[in-house]
Amino acid sequence: MRARAPERPKTPAAFLLMALAAVWMALVIVLPLVNVLAEAFKQGVQPYLSAIVQPDALSAIRLTLTVAAIAVPLNAVFGIAAAWCVTRFDFAGKGLLLSVLDLPFTISPVISGMVWVLLFGAHGWFASVLEASNVKIIYALPGLVIATVLVTLPFVARELIPLMQDQGTDEEIAAVTLGASGWDVFFRITLPNIKWALTYGVLLCTARAMGEFGAVSVVSGHIRGLTNTLPLHIEVLYNEYDSVGAFGAATLLAGLALVTLVLKTLLEWRFGEELAANRRH
Amino acid sequence: MSLVVKNITKRFSDFAALNDVSFEAQPGEFLALLGPSGSGKTTLLRLLAGLDRPDTGSIDFDGLDYLTLSARDRRVGMVFQSYALFRHMTVAQNIAFGLNVRPSKERPSKAEIQATVQRLLKLIQLEDLGKRYPSQLSGGQRQRVALARALAINPRILLLDEPFGALDALVRKDLRRWLRRIHDETGVTTLFVTHDQEEALDLADRVVVLKDGQIEQIGKPLELYRHPQSAFVFDFLGTSNQVPARLSNGVADFGGFSAPVVSPKALSGAQTVRFRPFDTHLHREGPGFEAKVLSLLPAGANLRLELQSPTGQVFETQHAHDSEASDLRLSDTVYLRPSKVYAF
Repeated sequence: MRARAPERPKTPAAFLLMALAAVWMALVIVLPLVNVLAEAFKQGVQPYLSAIVQPDALSAIRLTLTVAAIAVPLNAVFGIAAAWCVTRFDFAGKGLLLSVLDLPFTISPVISGMVWVLLFGAHGWFASVLEASNVKIIYALPGLVIATVLVTLPFVARELIPLMQDQGTDEEIAAVTLGASGWDVFFRITLPNIKWALTYGVLLCTARAMGEFGAVSVVSGHIRGLTNTLPLHIEVLYNEYDSVGAFGAATLLAGLALVTLVLKTLLEWRFGEELAANRRH
Repeated sequence: MSLVVKNITKRFSDFAALNDVSFEAQPGEFLALLGPSGSGKTTLLRLLAGLDRPDTGSIDFDGLDYLTLSARDRRVGMVFQSYALFRHMTVAQNIAFGLNVRPSKERPSKAEIQATVQRLLKLIQLEDLGKRYPSQLSGGQRQRVALARALAINPRILLLDEPFGALDALVRKDLRRWLRRIHDETGVTTLFVTHDQEEALDLADRVVVLKDGQIEQIGKPLELYRHPQSAFVFDFLGTSNQVPARLSNGVADFGGFSAPVVSPKALSGAQTVRFRPFDTHLHREGPGFEAKVLSLLPAGANLRLELQSPTGQVFETQHAHDSEASDLRLSDTVYLRPSKVYAF
C-alpha cells in the first residue's frame, strides 16, 4: 500500500502551511523557470532558434549527450555490481564501501574535478606517462567522463541497495536449486526484480550527469566547440552578456530536467511500492 | 538408493553449527529435522542443497557424492518459509522455471513443459490459477505453488525449510495433511525442517531431533514419544513437569506414594524425574504433591490445569472433561500423583 497522510479536517493552520509551501515553490522553482523562458524568448522565436542551433551550442549538446551516454552505463554497471556485493555477501570493509559510496554526495563537485587534474593534469602524478603515450585526459572527453562518473557514482547503487536488501536472496537461491546458471539467475530473477529501481536510478544519474557543472568545469578547459558541455556553454555565453544564447541553451537543460521529472513521477506513481523498497510478499 | 549423511561438521568462525552429524534417509522416506532455533537444522538443509560446504564429512545420494556437485546440479527441490516465489512470474511460469533453464539439449519441448505444469497445478489443486501472480495468492496457495515448482524438476530429494512457519494454525494443519498426501503420491525422499514438535510427530516417518548442532535422537514419532533418550528430547516433545524422587528397581519413590519409571538406563538413588500433564491423577487427599488450582482451561479434548505447590512450583496437568478434575474450582487444594515418570 502506498503511504498516505491520514485525512484530517483542514484547519486554518493547515491552510497557512499549504499556502506557505505553494508560495515558496513559486518563488524558488516556478519563477526562475519562467524567467529562463522569458529571457530566452525576449527577442522572439527566431533569435532563440538561431541561438540553440549555432555550431557551438550543437557541439555542446552533442558532448553532453556523449558524456552521459558513457558515464551513465558505467555507473549503472558499477551500481548493480556494488549493490550485489553489499546485499549478497558479508565481507570485511563493507561499511567502508558504503561510506565511500556516499562520498560523491558529500564532497564538493569542484573537488571531484580537481582530483583528476591532480592525477592526470600537466603537472599531475601520471603526467609523464600520459605525455609519453600521447593520451589526453584533462581538457578532453576522457576527463569529462571520469569527472562525471565520479559525481554520479552513488545514484544507481543507492537506489538498488535498499530494494535488494529487502528482497533478500531466497528467490535467487531457489533459482539455483532449480538448476539455473549464474547468468540465468541474474537475467531472469535479479534483473527483473530490480528493473524499476534500476530505471529510476539511471534516470537520476542521467539528469545529474547532463546537468553537472562543477567537476566538469574544472577538467574541461572550456574549449569552445570541443570540451564545453551544455552547462559550461551556458556559462560562457552568459559571461559574454549573450543572454538570449545563454537562456536559450538553458531552456534545453531545463527541458531535459522536466522530461526527467515527468518520467520520474510516472515511475513513482506506477511503481512507488517497489521503489520505496517496502513491498513484501 | 538412499541419502547417507556421515560425520558432517560445519563451523562458523568459533561456533560449531553442526558437530559430527550422521543419519540416513531411505528412498521415499519422510524425515523431519526437529530442533529449537540455533540447533543447526537449517544449516544442515543448506549443506544438503549445496548452498554451503561442510568442513568435514560426506553426503551421498544413491551412490552419488553430493559434495562434488554444485547446487544447480544436485536436483534438490527446496521450499522456503518465505515461499521465495519469483514475484514477476505467473504461477505457471514459476512452476516451469526449473525446466525452462535447462540446457537446450536437456530441455523438454514447450508442449511437454506445458503438460508438466498442468499436471502439477492439478496436483496442488490450483488448476485455474496458473495465470495469477504470487501476490494475488494466499499464503497457503503460495506455498503449494512453491512445492509444485520444486517438484517440477523431478527432484532426488525435497527439502522443506519451515514451510508452514508463516501460515496461521488452521491453514498449517490443512497443508500438513496435504503435504503428506503429495509425498505419498510422488514418493520423493523428503526432509522437513521444523521447530514445531507437533508438526514433526504428525508428519514424519522418522524424526531427527537436533540440539546445539548434534543429533539427540532419531526415531519414529511414537518411539520418540514413548522412549525419549534424553531429558532434552522429553522436554522438547511436550510439556514437562519435574520433581525429585528416589529411584530403585524401576520405581520412583516420592515418600508415601510412588510411580513406575521409564528410562533409557538403570538409575537409582536421588534423581530428578519428569512426567507429562496427562500422566497424572488428582486427589482430594494425600499422599501426593500438594498444590492449589491456578487456572482451569479447556485444551481441545482435555481440561488443562495449572497447579501451584506451596513452594511456588507450577505443574501443568491434563484430564478428561468428565473426570474428577472438572469439579475443581480455582484455589482448591489438590494432591497430585504421577502415574508414570521418566528419568534420564
